[in-house]
Parts: sequence; C-alpha cells; structure tokens
Amino acid sequence: MPPIIKATKLTKSYSKGIFALDNISISVEPGEVLVVMGPSGSGKSTLIRTFNGLETFDSGQLNVLGIPLESQNNEERNIRRIRKRVGMVFQQFNLFPHLSILDNITLAPIKVQKRKKMEAEQNALSLLSQMGIASHAKKYPSQLSGGEQQRVAIARALALKPELLLFDEPTSALDPERVNEVLDAMRRLAEQGMSMVVVTHEINFAKEVGDRILFMDSGKVIETSTPDIFFLNAKHERSRKFLNQIKNK
Amino acid sequence: MKISYNAIAQLLIALLVIFVICILINNLTLNLIKTGLGFSFAWLFRPASFALAEHPLPYSPSDSYAWALFIGWLNSLKVIFYSLLLATLIGTCVGLFRVGKNALLRIVSAGYIAIIRQTPLLLQLMFWYFVAILGIKETITSPIGDLLSISNQGTNFLGIKLSAEFTSLLIGLSVFTSAYIAEVVRGGINSVQKGQWESFRSLGLRESTGLYKIIIPQALPAILPGLTSQYLNLAKNSTLAIAVGYSDIYAINDTIINQTGRPIEGFIILLLSFLFLNLLISNGMELLNSMITKSNNP
Ligand SMILES: Nc1ncnc2c1ncn2[C@@H]1O[C@H](COP(=O)(O)OP(=O)(O)O)[C@@H](O)[C@H]1O
Ligand SMILES: [Mg+2]
Repeated sequence: MPPIIKATKLTKSYSKGIFALDNISISVEPGEVLVVMGPSGSGKSTLIRTFNGLETFDSGQLNVLGIPLESQNNEERNIRRIRKRVGMVFQQFNLFPHLSILDNITLAPIKVQKRKKMEAEQNALSLLSQMGIASHAKKYPSQLSGGEQQRVAIARALALKPELLLFDEPTSALDPERVNEVLDAMRRLAEQGMSMVVVTHEINFAKEVGDRILFMDSGKVIETSTPDIFFLNAKHERSRKFLNQIKNK
Repeated sequence: MKISYNAIAQLLIALLVIFVICILINNLTLNLIKTGLGFSFAWLFRPASFALAEHPLPYSPSDSYAWALFIGWLNSLKVIFYSLLLATLIGTCVGLFRVGKNALLRIVSAGYIAIIRQTPLLLQLMFWYFVAILGIKETITSPIGDLLSISNQGTNFLGIKLSAEFTSLLIGLSVFTSAYIAEVVRGGINSVQKGQWESFRSLGLRESTGLYKIIIPQALPAILPGLTSQYLNLAKNSTLAIAVGYSDIYAINDTIINQTGRPIEGFIILLLSFLFLNLLISNGMELLNSMITKSNNP
C-alpha cells in the first residue's frame, strides 16, 4: 500500500534565516502511529499543520492520501478533498462554543458529506458513547471539563470517518488528572488500526502506542527511531538531552 | 457621623446641575416673554399652507402643521429605515471583504473605507445629489429591463418611484454609514479566536459555510453594540436631508419655525421626535441582542 503521507524535503520559514521546517522528509504508512517529539518552537505544529493544508510550505513535495499539495496557493477544493479524509485535534480543543455537543459533531457530516441529520446524529451518539460521554450530547462545550471537551473534539474529528488523524499536543492544556481519559481514547483508536500523527510530550503514550518516534529540533528531523531505541538508546546527543529534560519535569 | 468625600462630591454635582437647569429655565422664560407669544401649541392645528413634494400619506397645504410634522416624521422614518438596511448590506459585505482571503478585495475595501471616513458627510450628500443624480443626462436602466432605472428625476425600483432627493439621501447616508459598519464588522470578526477558523477548515467546511455557521454567530455579540451606535448616528445624520431638499422632520420643522416664529416649541417637538426615533432603534437592537445572546448561551 502507498504511504498515507509522503513528505520530501519540506522547508518553511516564517522569517528570513529561521526555518520552522528545514528539509524534512518523512512518510507515514497505513495504520502507523507516528509520534512527533521535540522542544517548544522546534516546528512540530508547523509540520503537522502542513499535512492538512492549514499551513503552506516554501519548497519540497507533499502528498497526503495520494493527493499532491502544492507549496502555495492550493485550490481550496483540492485542500478540502484532503481535509474531508483527515481529522485534526487541537491543543485548545477549539469546539464551537455556540453549538451543542451534538451539533458540533454533526455539522461537518451534514454540510460536507451531505448526510441526513438523523443518520449523522445517530453516528454522533455512537461516537460519543465510544468516548464515554454520551450523556453530554445535549450540553454545550462550556459545561464540560477539559478532558470531556477534548474527547468531543476527537469524536468530531472521527465523524467524517477519516483515514488519518492528526493530534497537536492534545493533552497539554488538560489538568493532569484528566490526561489519561484522553490518552486512553487515542490508544483505543490506535488499536483499531487508525493511522495517526501525534505531537505529544507523554512518554508513556509514545512508548506504548507509538510505532515510530520522530524527534525534531530547530525545524530539522534529528532522528526517527522505534520507541525501544529512542527511549533507551537514542542515537543522538540532542535527543538524549531532550529526554532528560522532560523526564526531570 | 462620618461623611465621605464621595457623598460631598455627589451633593456638589447635584447642586451644580440644578443651578444650570435654573439658568436654562430662566433664559427660556425671558425669551418667551420677549417674543410676546407665550408658550403654546395651539398653532399646531392651524393650516400649514405650504406644499410638500413627498408625502407617504395624503397631504395638502390646507392640512394642519401637526399633520405636516407627522408627514415629515414619516419621511425621516422612511429614509432612515431604508438607509439602515442598505448600509448594513453594503457594510457587511465590505467588512467581510476586508478580512477575506482575496487580496484585491481587501485593498479595494480598505480604500473605500478610508475615502468615505475621511470626507464630510455633507460633501458626500452634495456629491450624490448635484453631481451623481442631477448630473445624469439619460436614463440609466439596469440590464434586466425595468428592475431598476435611474434618471435625474429619481429612481424607479420595481415600479416604485423614488424622488431624486430621496435617492441621493438614501445613497449618501447608506454609503457613509456602511464604511463605519464595515469597520464594526471587521472588529467583530477579528474578535473570534483564530482556532475557530482552523477548526472549521480542518473539518473540510467551505469558507462561506464556516463564516456563516461558525464565525459570524460568535462575532455578533461584539458587532451589535457598535452597529447600534452607527444606526443612531445614521438617524441623527438624516437631518442633513435639508441640504438636498428632502422634506424630513428637521426640514419641515425649520419651515414651520420660520412661519410661526415659535422656535422653542419647534425644538421641543424636534427633540421629542428624535428621542422617540432613537428609543425605537436602540430598543429594537436591544431586543435583537437579547435574542442572539439567548440563542448563543442557552
Ligand atoms: N504564525 C507564525 N508566524 C511567525 N512565526 C511562527 C508562526 N508559527 C510558528 N512560528 C515559528 O516557527 C517555529 C516553529 O513553531 P511551531 O511549529 O509552533 O513549533 P512547536 O509546535 O514545535 O512548538 C518557531 O520558531 C515559531 O516561533
Ligand atoms: Mg506546537
């Protein structure tokens, strides 16, 4: 099977001389969980956001689900073809505060996939019960805890039946005691064979769920290793230093 | 007993206000005595004996001053209402262009806003009336036959005839107010978190759907107060109708004061009609606001 994401020599710079992405080549295989780690400002968010066209790049090639993305000025229709098949979960949840939980989830299936309201709602309810929050369907985002909101955000991303899920630090904005409920939901998705790219600092999740760890610094890929090697025997001095820093926190 | 500075300050301010009001009443009485006419509204029911070019209800010079004033008030209401709709329509579009993705539309709308906000309204009204409308040589007809046609006699819109005065006032007020509304709309939209845009985009929604379903509903609470104040400005600015010869309440009141020599009663009537008009606008917006807040935070 062809890779889900194939990136070749991606570069991007927001300001002259500083690279957010510096010659990055990476591919993600179907069913793979790629964990992206690295210090703050190393380009993790920029990388993951180019995968669904939220961010443009300056040069290189990018192909997502067989659809090529131009570096700039992509046709909106072309990007939407990708976004319909790729779900994204943000650090700040970004639920729609003026819509009920149910409407948050059914909006895209109804508007984008033209599904019937009844059918979309049934699907949403079943996703919510998968996430263990079916009782909140009629509530509004502000009435839920952070962990619950993030699980709604995952359900919302799943509602379009995506072939790839992108997570950008999904647990960084959560209270520590709420982190596991979200990680557990993600773990179950991985077990069901979902292809995922996850930016996270959660070492245990990376070790147990990740198939490969991509370590970035200053916009560069420093190393790509399996969790066994990365956490016990990282190839690079820079990776070992980073691991020490987050372990000591 | 302890008296706070605050209480003393309030007392002093209250005394000052009473003092100023006393002076005003004193002046008013002196002026009334000087004119020798006393204070009376009986003249309201005498015939106005002037003609009005525009009257939504039947009117002839033999009708009373009161009726003429009411016609003027209706004329004001008419031009305010339609300008309000048109200004909102143009302002919303320009405001959306201002924050949109299209670079050309962004620049054009920024230029539109800048030019209109930096020239006086009176000048703009003069332009629309004397240059744009009266300057028309031949009737301009819209491509789709008799939908819209404009000549120096006025406008014919779907068979409804609008005078040249009304047309230029309508366009002038709408265009002027739309530039301010565009800024209000832009501010409201920018107040919505960036994450909301990313969120709807990542779900594959179209820009237009996202704008309509996600961004605008969240921008409305920030837009409405600014919109209300622009509507109130529009209502007050409509008194410049006199410059293009449209018979609004202010223009008719002006004529009546000249004929009757009763400026004080005239101004009281004008004051009350505008108070009523603006209360109508702000209460309407308040109602809209509470409806929207309720549907936003159920
Ligand atoms: N919108 C932006 N404008 C300018 N610079 C940005 C922007 N977004 C990110 N950057 C810069 O790009 C680099 C990578 O940022 P980011 O991808 O957010 O890193 P990470 O997610 O790893 O913390 C940083 O130096 C950051 O300051
Ligand atoms: Mg980041």
